[in-house]
Amino acid sequence: METKNIMIVGVGGQGSLLASKLLGHLLLSQGYDVKVSEVHGMSQRGGSVVTYVRYGDHVYSPVIDRGEADFIVSFELLEAARWLPFLKKDGQIVTNTQQIDPMPVITGAVEYPQDLVEKLRSLGAKVDAMNCLKLAKEAGSAKAVNIVLLGRLSHYFDLPQEAWMASLEANVPAKFLEMNKKAFELGKNAV
Amino acid sequence: MKELMLGNKAVARGLYEAGVCMISSYPGTPSTEITEEAAKYDEIYCEWAPNEKVAMEAAFGACLSGRRSFCGMKHVGLNVAADPLYTMSYTGVNAGMVIGVADDAGMHSSQNEQDSRHHAIASKVPMLEPSDSGEALELTKLAYEISEKFDTPVLIKMCTRVAHSQSVVEPGERIVPVKEYEKNIGKYVMMPGNAKKRHPVVEQRTLDLIEYAETAPVNRVEMGGTGLGIITASTSYQYVKEVFGDSVSVLKLGMTNPLPEKLIRDFAAKVDRLVVVEELDPIIENHVRALGIPVSGKDLLPLVDEFSQNLIAKTLGGEVHDGQTLEEAIPMRPPVMCAGCPHRGLFYTLKKNKCTVLGDIGCYTLGAVQPLGAMEMTLCMGASIGAIHGFNKMLGEESEGKTVAVIGDSTFMHSGMTGLANVAYNQSNSTVIILDNSITGMTGHQQNPTTGYNIKGDPAGKIDLEALCRAMGFERVSVVDPYNLEECDRVLKEELSAKEPSVIISRRPCALLKYVKHNAPLTVNEEKCIGCKSCMRIGCPAISMKNGKAHVDNTLCVGCEVCSQLCKKDAFESTAKEGQK
Repeated sequence: METKNIMIVGVGGQGSLLASKLLGHLLLSQGYDVKVSEVHGMSQRGGSVVTYVRYGDHVYSPVIDRGEADFIVSFELLEAARWLPFLKKDGQIVTNTQQIDPMPVITGAVEYPQDLVEKLRSLGAKVDAMNCLKLAKEAGSAKAVNIVLLGRLSHYFDLPQEAWMASLEANVPAKFLEMNKKAFELGKNAV
Repeated sequence: MKELMLGNKAVARGLYEAGVCMISSYPGTPSTEITEEAAKYDEIYCEWAPNEKVAMEAAFGACLSGRRSFCGMKHVGLNVAADPLYTMSYTGVNAGMVIGVADDAGMHSSQNEQDSRHHAIASKVPMLEPSDSGEALELTKLAYEISEKFDTPVLIKMCTRVAHSQSVVEPGERIVPVKEYEKNIGKYVMMPGNAKKRHPVVEQRTLDLIEYAETAPVNRVEMGGTGLGIITASTSYQYVKEVFGDSVSVLKLGMTNPLPEKLIRDFAAKVDRLVVVEELDPIIENHVRALGIPVSGKDLLPLVDEFSQNLIAKTLGGEVHDGQTLEEAIPMRPPVMCAGCPHRGLFYTLKKNKCTVLGDIGCYTLGAVQPLGAMEMTLCMGASIGAIHGFNKMLGEESEGKTVAVIGDSTFMHSGMTGLANVAYNQSNSTVIILDNSITGMTGHQQNPTTGYNIKGDPAGKIDLEALCRAMGFERVSVVDPYNLEECDRVLKEELSAKEPSVIISRRPCALLKYVKHNAPLTVNEEKCIGCKSCMRIGCPAISMKNGKAHVDNTLCVGCEVCSQLCKKDAFESTAKEGQK
C-alpha cells in the first residue's frame, strides 16, 4: 500500500499532540508501519504547529512535503489555509471553523482573512468545516476539540469503530473517557 | 512487543537496556525527552545538572566509578561541554560512557544551526547517527559496546526529525554490566607528561575505529540501481529512500566519525555517479573528496536548513509534488508569550523606560517580538551578563543609566553566575535582571537549582538567588513582582540611577505551572472602554479589538491584571463571583 499522509495543524496549546498520539496508536494497531513527527519547544508558544502522521507498508520520511497530504486536520481556520499547499490535489481538509487571532492581527498590523472556507473550496479543495468548539462544549469540555475532529476524520476511514474506541481508551484518562466518546460521536455525526 | 516510540524515548529505552546507571543532563530542545523519559525508570539515577559541562563531568565520574553513564544536551550545549569532552577522549572510560547531542537543522528552537559532527572530529570521539527510533534504540546500546571495546566516550547524534518523530521499535531486556574502579594515574590524570603518552593512544584508537567502520553492520550498503549511488546518514537517509526506494544504491552510514575508506571506495566503484546527501556541513563529502573520489554534494544541496523529500527529488531527479496556494497572504503566527506570562509586565516596563536590553536564551527571548520589541541582543546562554559588562565599560554613563541584562533563573544557574562574578570583580555599573519564573520554561518545565525540586519532582537543594548575589558583593539586590507595573517601574528607575551594580529579581512562577492558581478571567466593560488600545501595547494573546472595543478571550485570560493597570478608564472587570478572586 502506498504511504498515506495526515497533517494535523493548529495553534500551540490546542491539543494536537494527543490527536497524533491517538492516530499513531490506532494505525499501528491496524498493522501499518507508522511515523509521527512533532515539533516541540519554541513553536508551542501560541505559534503555528504542525504534526505529521504517515502510515503504510513501509514509511521512510517522517515528514510530509508540499502536495503530499491526503488529509489536513485543522484545529483553526487560518491554519487550514496556511497549510493548503501541502494538500494533495484530491486531498480532504477537515477543519474547525474556530478563529484564533495571531499576534499580527491582534496588533492590527494585518486583518484576519475573511470567507476562508469558500476561498479554499473555490480552489477545488474538499473542505469539511464545522464548529468543533461548540461540539466539544456540548460534549462537556472545550478541550475536546481534538477528539471532535478525530471523530469527523473517522468518517473518512474504513476502520472499525472498536479500533477508534480502543485508541481513545488507551490514550485519554479514564475519568474523561465518556466525555471524549461523546465528543467523538458528535464529530463523527456532524454534518 | 512493537511500540510506536519517540526517537528520544527510544534512546532512553536503549540506555535502560544497556544497563546505564547514571544520567546527568541539561535540558535543550530537541534533546530534553531523552533524560525525562529515562527518569521514569527507577533503576537509573537521573538528574538535571546546572549546565552541560557539569553534566558531562558528573557522567564521567560515574563511568570512572565503574557504572555506565550518559549525558544529554542540544548541539549548542556541546560547546559548553567541549572542555571535558576533548580531554575525556584522552583518558578514555572505565565503564561505558555515551553523550547524546541533538542538532536542530532548520532551527525549530535554537539560536544557530551548527553541525555537531565537527566536535566529534575535533575531539576524536566516535559518533553514531540513528535515522529513526528503532535505530536510536539499537545504536544507543551499540554505543556502549564501542565505548568499552575501544576505551572511549561515544557521541550519539540526534536531529530534530529523529528526536521528535515516533516510529516503531521493539524493546528488549535490561542487562547491567559493572566494572571495578581502579586507580590509574597515567590514564586519568591529564597533566602534560601523561597526556603526551595518551595522545598516540587516541590516534591508534582512531585507526582501529576506521577498521571497525569498514565492516561493522552499523554502516550498510543497500545496492539498487547503479546509475546513482548516494552516501547518506541520519534523517537524510529516509528522504533518499522515500524518493528513490531501491532505484538507486545507498551507502547508509550509522557511524559518521570516524568514516570508513575502503567501504566508500568500493561503493563508489560500483556506481556511475556518486552524491553525498547530508544536512548542514559537507563532512562526509569532504572526506570522500580527500580520498580522491569524484563526488557531488553541496554543489547541489544547500548548506542551510533541513532537507525534505521534495528537495531531494528536485535536486537529484525524482517526482516533485506541489499543492495550491491561496492568492491572499496568510498572516504569520509567530510564537508569543503566553497569557499571564510573568515576563510580560517586566518587558513592558523596560520598553516604557526605553531601556537597551541585552537578552538571553529562554521564553523571554520573545520579549524581542512586537509589540514589546524590548530586546536588542541574544547570543548564547549567559551572554546577557557577560555582554552588559563590556557594553557599560565602554560607554560608561551614556549606557549605565538605561541598559539592563535580562536572564532567566535556569539560564542564570547555567552560565550567568560567572558573568555576574565578572561584574562584581571588575566593577561595571551594570543592572542585571533575573527573571525568576521558578522553572526552566522554554524546554517544557524542567526543575533547576533554584526551584527546590529535582527531576522527579521530589524536594531537593534550593539555591537562594538573593543570598548568592549578595555573597558575590552586590549590595543592591531587590525583588519585584512583574504583575505589579508600578513596583517594576519604580525599582527599575532606582537601580538604573544607582551608581553601583545591582540585581533585580523579577519573581513570579510561570503561568503554565500546574500549582499556579489563576484568577477568574477579566472582561471588558464596553461602556467604559474608549478603544484607545493602551492595553494592546503588552502583546497579550488574550486581548484583541472587536468592533472598536477591547475584547478578552476568556479561554486564555488568567486574570493577571497587567492590562488593567494600563487602562485609564478602569474598563477591565473581573468575572469572579463575590468571595472569589
